[in-house]
Amino acid sequence: MSLRNFLDKIKPNFEEGGKFHWLYSTYDAIETFLYVPNTTSKSGVHIHDARDSKRTMIIVVLALIPALLMGMYNVGYQHYLAVNVQASFIATFLYGLIATLPQIVVSYAVGLSIEFAMAQMKKEEVAEGFLVSGILIPMILPVDTPLWMIAVATAFSVIFAKEVFGGTGYNIFNVALIARAFLFFAYPSKMSGDQVWVRTTDTFGVGGGTVVDSYSGATPLGQLAVSDASTFGDFSFLGITGQPLKLWDMFIGLIPGSIGEVSTLAILIGAILLVITGVGSWKTMISVFLGGLFTIVLLNLVAKNAVMGMPPQYHFLLGGYAFGAVFMATDPVTSARTEKGKWIFGFLIGVVAILIRVFNPGYPEGMMLAILFMNAFAPLIDFYVIDANIKRRLKRSAVKK
Amino acid sequence: MANRIKIKKGLQIPLLGKPEETFRGEITSEYMQVCPEDFQGITPKLKVKVDDTVKAGQALFFSKMHPEMMFASPVSGTVTAINRGEKRRILNITIKADKENAYVDYGKKDIRNLSAEEIKKAVLDAGIWFVIKQRPYDIVANPAREPRDIFVTGFDTAPLAASYDFILKGQETDLQTGLDALAKLTKGKVYLSISPDTKNEGLKNAKNVIITEFAGPHPAGNVGVQINNLAPVNRGEVVWTLNALDVLFIGRLFNKGIVDLTRTIALTGSDVKQTGYYKMLIGTELTKLFIGNVTEKGNLRYISGNVLTGTKVEANGALRAMHSQVTVIPEGDDVHEAFGWASFSPKRYSAEKTYLRLKKAYRLDARVLGGPRAIIVSNEYDKVFPMDIFPEQLIKSIIAFNIDKMEQLGIYEVAPEDFALCEFVDTSKLEIQRIVRTGLDMLRKEME
Repeated sequence: MSLRNFLDKIKPNFEEGGKFHWLYSTYDAIETFLYVPNTTSKSGVHIHDARDSKRTMIIVVLALIPALLMGMYNVGYQHYLAVNVQASFIATFLYGLIATLPQIVVSYAVGLSIEFAMAQMKKEEVAEGFLVSGILIPMILPVDTPLWMIAVATAFSVIFAKEVFGGTGYNIFNVALIARAFLFFAYPSKMSGDQVWVRTTDTFGVGGGTVVDSYSGATPLGQLAVSDASTFGDFSFLGITGQPLKLWDMFIGLIPGSIGEVSTLAILIGAILLVITGVGSWKTMISVFLGGLFTIVLLNLVAKNAVMGMPPQYHFLLGGYAFGAVFMATDPVTSARTEKGKWIFGFLIGVVAILIRVFNPGYPEGMMLAILFMNAFAPLIDFYVIDANIKRRLKRSAVKK
Repeated sequence: MANRIKIKKGLQIPLLGKPEETFRGEITSEYMQVCPEDFQGITPKLKVKVDDTVKAGQALFFSKMHPEMMFASPVSGTVTAINRGEKRRILNITIKADKENAYVDYGKKDIRNLSAEEIKKAVLDAGIWFVIKQRPYDIVANPAREPRDIFVTGFDTAPLAASYDFILKGQETDLQTGLDALAKLTKGKVYLSISPDTKNEGLKNAKNVIITEFAGPHPAGNVGVQINNLAPVNRGEVVWTLNALDVLFIGRLFNKGIVDLTRTIALTGSDVKQTGYYKMLIGTELTKLFIGNVTEKGNLRYISGNVLTGTKVEANGALRAMHSQVTVIPEGDDVHEAFGWASFSPKRYSAEKTYLRLKKAYRLDARVLGGPRAIIVSNEYDKVFPMDIFPEQLIKSIIAFNIDKMEQLGIYEVAPEDFALCEFVDTSKLEIQRIVRTGLDMLRKEME
């Protein structure tokens, strides 16, 4: 019996009046995952674009894959650097894979269970939004975040940042960033500082070793936050074993940091995919960098300390700046929805992110807070953009009378 | 030299089955169907009952709101059935056609000697007022209100649309007479919009009208887009809209003195073996068009009109009143495509590049290709909506039925057809045209 026949055979059980009708959303999610629904149009247009919500989300996940793979490799790379073991390319990657896979599994399992349950309760189809959020969450966390924390944060953000607002498409704040912010404020010791960015212990018995003496797990932005006046104008960041980091290392992502955020190169590949397919807005991406550049240049001119004087390339290559610009700011639901609005929205994210980074040394990572902050203002930006159109229309009819 | 306006936003969906520019003959059918549903905003009141005999041009029904507004029978014959649906709504009036079409004689008239009132009365009496629509609400025009301007579109950019040049050939006099009649019906202007590619002298050198060329992809040919670019409708204003093919009916009425509801239609679509042009009366059953001329394998969808705004009909359905095109595409309900979200199939078409564009023209079926979702992707509608209006926000205000917001965002300027491309590209698979239609109807109820 073919799979299709099997699905057709069990379908009546899940429909209204069937034994498992309370599981219809689950059945539907699985069926539509396997097969394109064969429902045909009842009203309006007779043909439809092949792009649907599933395709859109899959493209975003695909765009995240390079950053995820580079991030996995880097987890292994930083680990073996810390324990001073020469590991092969494959072994390095495998270490990263087994270190990060459990986090991805936990995030998906918790989030999708909630999504399915909520869809079931509302008798709706399961929305695909969490396919993206589910992979974003582990990617923006330090590798040593305990799994139970990921579970709690995911549940918190899916329920309180999304479902209470009505589900995918209605949320005000980016779901993945709420998960991160929740952890950042609830368990600060596990989210910041110097000890969480590199896994120094073995994972499932793999990659054990003694940490070298010169080890320091501080991220470049962490080092910057504690730098004093003596290092003013000097931007030689150090790797975890004290080796100097080159710009190239920062670009390809061999620096300590959140799993997915380290490799600007991989993020760039994802950005290209998003822009070509039209899934992510290039206007938002560009304007985030323009806003950042504008602020950095201004601050550089009046620099009083190391952070204020840091040139743009470091700002953009370090921390979650590029990742946020490409994958978080472009979230269509929480971003401004008008085209003019996107320019303003992105620009202000850039401005705010740099301001937080520079003026609040406690939060070297300003990107997350900047995006969340601007999420709240996105409807306001749209309001004024649309209001201009409304005013134009009113004026037009006033002239006639 | 006519003004030219370039429409940048929009989309020409590359479909298989463009109509070949060949005339293939006249189609008649024993039974004819007239569907009052084709006329928006009308509550029909019957003037005939079963077994009555009628002539072509004789009224079958009239509008309850405007009893002077008649609706003509396209053919002479005997009324054999009046089919009703839910709540006794009239689905169609079936007429057994006579061998020879006998017309009601309305008398030839010279437009120059007629007043606006006389012209209006002639068109209303003859039962062809329905060709004039109005904005706001996109309904058959209210004859009691004088329009600010009248807009006529002289071309169709919809997928696989019929060529107006081809259809209008030899009918230029009727077109001009119709335009002259319209010019008398308004103190404002009559705007005729044409394609920059048109070769037809009747369109290019039309008198008594302001001609504008509209270049660009669909919906450049939509009258709503043209109005928005020429002289948008403001709150409290009314404009009338027509297309050049419908103007012919008015021209014929005055030139020949009869109601001649003959249309030249394009038979199009991926599943038609031999496309081309046919002549037929409104209401003619389409069976003869399809027999032996469509794909045998798989279920088919027959559409009176185009794939974006047309009406689904049965294989023995009739040509609906407002259409000059018949399209046949696969239904697709027998297709089970595995893992569509991961598909690299060259058969799938997307306006955006989430699928590779491997072919020049596509055979698309009627599947929705996804489940309904909340509006997630932004800037999707805007790209195919060349009007100074925010489509997404307007649609949301209609769903919420927030009258103030709808007015502010331009509800009076739009018709469902303007949103057809939005509905096509919509990732969330919403029934946008139905939403807009319902919104317009509810708003009209509220305002009148």
